[in-house]
Amino acid sequence: MAINFDTALGIEPKALAFREKRGEILAANLANADTPNFKARDVDFKAVLKQSMASGVSMERTHAGHIASPQQLFGANLMYRNPNQVSLDGNTVEAHVEQAKYAENAVQYQASLQFINNKFSGLMTALKGQ
Amino acid sequence: MAGLSIFDIAGSGMNAQSLRLNLVASNISNANSIASSAAEVYKSRQPVFAAELDKAMNTQNATSKVNVLGVVESQDAPVMEYAPHHPMADKDGYIFKSNVNTVEEMANMMSASRSYQNNIEVLNTAKQMMLQTLKMGQ
Repeated sequence: MAINFDTALGIEPKALAFREKRGEILAANLANADTPNFKARDVDFKAVLKQSMASGVSMERTHAGHIASPQQLFGANLMYRNPNQVSLDGNTVEAHVEQAKYAENAVQYQASLQFINNKFSGLMTALKGQ
Repeated sequence: MAGLSIFDIAGSGMNAQSLRLNLVASNISNANSIASSAAEVYKSRQPVFAAELDKAMNTQNATSKVNVLGVVESQDAPVMEYAPHHPMADKDGYIFKSNVNTVEEMANMMSASRSYQNNIEVLNTAKQMMLQTLKMGQ
């Protein structure tokens, strides 16, 4: 019985990659907290999960006149955040909201990492047979 | 490692905020500068931030760094004061004081320093995440 990392690790590596990318988006939101007209962005984890569980078929652009699909991340659309309070300079970043999301994302990243580590230590135990 | 771009993004934010802090320092220290004409007097300077548009428009890359487009001088009229005995007074006896609003600059300073701290926190968290990732499977 060969050990296959894909089946052994499951969806966790993908989740880790997603968390990393989301961290970048949230970091960009925080960095642009004072940039006029900057719109905060985020991606919905539920949509990403749904997309990566289903083997979907996407439409291809064969002509420059075709409408491009919206910006995507792991198959899910990148959304703009609805601010709780609007500001006059057109910026929709709310530092506290972004901070909370960033912290949440960091914890979830560490959780995914922990899952992977545990799977590795499980594999090591199986290999050693002790 | 793709995660390293968090460092770039937070770094660009810190760059922008530190420039803003520098300008605040310059404005506050020159708040009481005087001159003998409206053209010569120190005017309040403010940075102009923009998101890096090329990246913002790219379908592959949704993250955008902060770009400092430049520094603009405030167009507000300088404060004129009648002081005929002042050595820098013009022929009508007026001196011109800079249009820096100290209260506004203090608020600006707090905002800039908080934003800078925010970026540092982001960077620290990202660093921890990357270091833990390096230890994966050990």
